[in-house]
Amino acid sequence: MRRPWPWYVAGPLIGMMVPALLLAGNRAFGFSSNLRHLCAATVPGRIPYFQYDWRRRGGWNLAFALGVMLGGFIASHALDASVVHIGDSARQSLASLGVHDTSGLVPRELFHWGALLTWRGVVTLVGGGMLIGFGTAYAGGCTSGHAISGLADGQLPSLVAVLGFFAGGLLATWLILPVLLR
Amino acid sequence: MIESQAKEQLGIYLVIGTCFGVIITKAEVISWFRIQEMFRFQSVYMYAVMASAVATAGSSLFLIRRLGLRDGAGDLLGLAPKEMGSGRRYWIGGMLFGLGWAFVGACPGPLFALVGAGATVIIVPLLSAVLGTWMYGRVRHRLPH
Repeated sequence: MRRPWPWYVAGPLIGMMVPALLLAGNRAFGFSSNLRHLCAATVPGRIPYFQYDWRRRGGWNLAFALGVMLGGFIASHALDASVVHIGDSARQSLASLGVHDTSGLVPRELFHWGALLTWRGVVTLVGGGMLIGFGTAYAGGCTSGHAISGLADGQLPSLVAVLGFFAGGLLATWLILPVLLR
Repeated sequence: MIESQAKEQLGIYLVIGTCFGVIITKAEVISWFRIQEMFRFQSVYMYAVMASAVATAGSSLFLIRRLGLRDGAGDLLGLAPKEMGSGRRYWIGGMLFGLGWAFVGACPGPLFALVGAGATVIIVPLLSAVLGTWMYGRVRHRLPH
């Protein structure tokens, strides 16, 4: 239990979220709607996109999100975070970009509170976060809503979105991050 | 009565969410390193996780439809179809999200799990993501969909 779970355990369990939420109350597995619900609950302003009953439409998903945070807490206390799990080739590539400490879940050399005082930290953490929020709202879903629910349901718009996710991710990984991290 | 029913229902989603948080943390799919490894094609791990997740979700959806399962209100269980429209929102929005995904090394669900797992600085991209969604709401009427 302390070791990371293999893909053939993790993947099917993640996929089971779709039927679990349908059976619980006919809810669609999709996480990024929570970002919209949080806006609607806090600063909706006069923006039409945020004028809806967020408790009724999003209460269940916000409870789900709270659970995800709790799950992360529980699992991190049963996970040996000091072990390096990625392969040697990935480790070498990251080392060439200056990322040597591959322990834990986030790169400690890049992501810490002090990093927010550097332009690199602001671009990756604040800029990256804003791109996640803007992009998922525009695309109408994220990895859960499009890559898992949408693809499993055979929906063409989700396939287009997933191809977009990878195009953006590859662009950032191969062209932008090497410049940013140098 | 209605109040207590609503609370009970939220409890179900809290429990399912907790399971999801444990799964994605134990599977390391919330790891920045795993996401980098995926985008560098240096391991099949993430692709195998995603493919088996889609296969499991797809076969469950097939079964649920085949059995004609319904919810309490009598509606058939299933996912609403997404409108293609011009398709631009999917590839442009998708690419913008993809850039952020690689920068932060996490998508929205994992952002929450990472904060719970003690990576407190991830509160910054999480709040930035809320701000990004707010900005989308602000300019939505001017964007092609």
